[in-house]
Amino acid sequence: MDWSHSLRLIAPEETLSIAGLILLLIAAWGGDKASRLISILAVAALVGAAFLVAPALCGAHMGPDYSAFFGQVRADAFSSYAKILIYLSAASTLVVAPAFFERTGAMRAEFPILIVFAALGSGMMVSASDLLALYIGLEMNSLAAYVLAAFVRTDGRSAEAGLKYFVLGALASGILLYGMSLTYGFTGTTSFSGINAALSGGLSHGALFGLVFMLAGLAFKISAVPFHMWTPDVYEGAPTPVTKFFATSGKVAAIGLTMRVLLDAFGDQAAAWRQIVVFIALASIVIGALGAINQKNIKRLMAYSSINNVGFILVGLAAANVQGASAMLFYLVIYVATSVAGFVAILMLRDENGEQVEEIAKLGGLSRTRPGIAAALAFVMFSLAGIPPMFGFWGKFLVFRAAVDADMMALAFLGFAASVIGAFYYLKVVKVMYFDEATGVVTWKSDVWHKAILGVTCLFISPLGYLLSGWLQGLSDIAATALFHAL
Amino acid sequence: MSGFPILSLMLAVPLIAAVACLFLQAKAARTVALAATLVNLALGVALWMNFDIGGTQWQFTERVEIFSGFSWALGIDGIALLLIMLSVFLMPICIGASHSIEKRVGEYMAAFLLVEVFMLGVFMAQDLYLFYMFFEAGLIPMYLIIGIWGGADRIYASYKFFLYTLLGSVLMLVAMLWMVHTAGTSDIPTLMTYDFDPKVQTWLWLAFFASFAVKMPMWPVHTWLPAAHVQAPTAGSVILAGVLLKMGGYGFIRFSLPMFPEASAYFAPLVWGLSMAAVVITSLIALVQTDMKKLIAYSSVAHMAIVTIGLFAFNVQGLEGSMLVMLSHGLVSGALFLCVGVIYDRLHTREIARYGGLAINMPRYALFFLLFTMASIGLPGTSGFVGEFLSLGGIYQASTWAALICTTGIILGAAYMLYLYRRVVFGEQKNADAAAMPDLDVRELLMVVPLALAALWMGIYPESFIAPMRADIAALDARLARAKPEGDSKVTLGKANPAHEEVSAHGGSH
Repeated sequence: MDWSHSLRLIAPEETLSIAGLILLLIAAWGGDKASRLISILAVAALVGAAFLVAPALCGAHMGPDYSAFFGQVRADAFSSYAKILIYLSAASTLVVAPAFFERTGAMRAEFPILIVFAALGSGMMVSASDLLALYIGLEMNSLAAYVLAAFVRTDGRSAEAGLKYFVLGALASGILLYGMSLTYGFTGTTSFSGINAALSGGLSHGALFGLVFMLAGLAFKISAVPFHMWTPDVYEGAPTPVTKFFATSGKVAAIGLTMRVLLDAFGDQAAAWRQIVVFIALASIVIGALGAINQKNIKRLMAYSSINNVGFILVGLAAANVQGASAMLFYLVIYVATSVAGFVAILMLRDENGEQVEEIAKLGGLSRTRPGIAAALAFVMFSLAGIPPMFGFWGKFLVFRAAVDADMMALAFLGFAASVIGAFYYLKVVKVMYFDEATGVVTWKSDVWHKAILGVTCLFISPLGYLLSGWLQGLSDIAATALFHAL
Repeated sequence: MSGFPILSLMLAVPLIAAVACLFLQAKAARTVALAATLVNLALGVALWMNFDIGGTQWQFTERVEIFSGFSWALGIDGIALLLIMLSVFLMPICIGASHSIEKRVGEYMAAFLLVEVFMLGVFMAQDLYLFYMFFEAGLIPMYLIIGIWGGADRIYASYKFFLYTLLGSVLMLVAMLWMVHTAGTSDIPTLMTYDFDPKVQTWLWLAFFASFAVKMPMWPVHTWLPAAHVQAPTAGSVILAGVLLKMGGYGFIRFSLPMFPEASAYFAPLVWGLSMAAVVITSLIALVQTDMKKLIAYSSVAHMAIVTIGLFAFNVQGLEGSMLVMLSHGLVSGALFLCVGVIYDRLHTREIARYGGLAINMPRYALFFLLFTMASIGLPGTSGFVGEFLSLGGIYQASTWAALICTTGIILGAAYMLYLYRRVVFGEQKNADAAAMPDLDVRELLMVVPLALAALWMGIYPESFIAPMRADIAALDARLARAKPEGDSKVTLGKANPAHEEVSAHGGSH
């Protein structure tokens, strides 16, 4: 294990770090005028990094050969899969953000740089194979994310979102650290493989406490019930492109991290954490669905929807096998595409002055005034609700198939029954757009980039997406296998 | 015709037309929709012509592995063929009945064509998951049709329709996942001959029942139907009553019965009980309705109960009778909704009391309405009679009590239908505006005449419709034989009666 090998393995991280630093210098000298150039370069860096990680996935890299820095990080197919999702959704955020900020003049040079560093941290989270690397990645992502949430300084809601996110995030990080210290204390190691080996004889009470505390911290990061309270406020208050970033890149990173910890470090102790995950999953599905019903703001609705969807993803985790992990990854792809489409559509909802329209009631009759946006949002809603033939159905199908194949019938029954509650509020949005009288509030002409991204993602979540299912299934299986063959 | 993917073509034609309609003006959209449904009707006729009666069970099969987890597998047997024919036959009529739709015509036609795609897909699918997708997908366009173009209370009705049917279906999906996990295949023909453990069959059956009972709909989960029917536009009601309700019956005959014979026998008394309750209760409810569409909606629930009772009679008569009731009800209730739609278009009310004496100013209308009323009651010579007679004959062998109570449904059916007809068509002309309504025009005649001819054809020469499914029903009966519950009527064959043979031969030559 030499240094040059390790350095080669983390080429994408190096690219992003160096790009981020250079962009920081450009920002320091160029000021906000250079923000457009910085955005373009940041997108190029992110897309370039995505290309750099792709070979690990396509080449099905797994095992000790792809472990860098003495087991600190892994550049295997699993992390590659997650990183491609993270980098591409971060890049799409940068593409849609300028149109949002230009009206308020809040587009500053730091924005793309913060996104790059947050994406870098997210990438580290999913490739970490040691508690320390995990924490560094997590904090790198979080610190950038706190600033991003409060990015529009003139907006009170944004500042509030940033503060809430910071205080609660710090608390959760504390809980996570406490769990990590307990785990370290009772296993004597911080590396995932070491923990796995140390626990092979069974879980001591101390290690169990460590596991529970770590799970609590992770549940906060993936915004699962009962640690979900911050999500609606932060999603509503943060600038919409930032919300989009949290819902896509942030979500992938947190879920990927949770998968690493539970399936790798505590992989042989599934019996110990399965019931916790089952509870969190069902609670998230039910509370996410119930909480969304009375929401008047579409961003808050999407926040509850993300809680709801995390519940479905965790159903795959409860299966605790390759099939379940593969289903989760597949679900993540569809969820990210749906969220990107949803938030881009929300960004396109602007009134005659260019103000963002976030109130659901104001979308009345959108199908007559802006049929394209309405159809896209309807696609998103039906896909999130998991109604076939939308592609969103396939994600739910896969996680529940994994649960059924793992003989968890009760979980599958309850989860599916609860998904009907969720359908209610998704239908409400469609109802407002299609059945109600036209309000004619949304009149702003949309940016061409918004349209392009919306078009591509909507095609993906439409029934045409099934044509890609074979290819994506293959990649998901490779990534999931890599996760289980990490040692 | 082997090798030619006619089934995929039948799905592609309306799908392409639906996408085209989204971008077209009202007039062009109407033309495209009508043309597409007529092409599909022609393809359906070609399908029937080429269907080899007595040949292999599954014909026109296609299988392409382009997805992961499930395959694009299509194929039909005689049962599916008849339901497909019903769908493609009703669709052009629905498009014709949508003449009074003025707002957002392109989207409306697109939604209807999508409904056609998904309905046909349900009957054609040979992969369990593909079936589920088509089965569920129909919800989206129907939700939009009821919600956008429906009556005053359309929002409530559309939600109720969507959430009721969705809850039923998701339970079925869990059962499907388990079945595929256990049997190792999602191929429907294979699963139809796979023997599941009788203990497990119980809950699998219940999960499927949750879905099909709601779709059917069976009492007491029928309450979404009157709401949806009343609020849907005329064509929506026609397609809902005509074909969508048949998905429940098709589900029983394709999944519940052949896949879980033991559980079906175990739960047969439950089905009988619910059916008996449905026949009596919904018929009585129909009797007191003041809204025409609601009355016909409740009568649909009663007719569907005759279907379920026949299906769970576990003999050939019952099964064939159920299929014929489904086909006949598809034609007749569709036609009745059309008749309501005709006068609704003129007076914009479904209130029975607002009409009266229509026989004077609308004689042609009165004639056709009478024919369909009689067919709904089950007068011999019309389509309703054959199916109901066979169904009730079938259930008599299994349970005389069920037969007795369900037969009262026929009497009550005659009561509410004749009462409706008397109030609308006979009597005095109480309202001047109702008395001034013009008779059927050419477009309306073009819609009701084919329905009338089909209803008479099915009543006079049902052999055309029984022949394609005879082998499939026999196979199903053989599959069910091992679990058949012992009947309480102990029917024994009498001495061979040559006169009887002669009569049936004579009847056949018509």
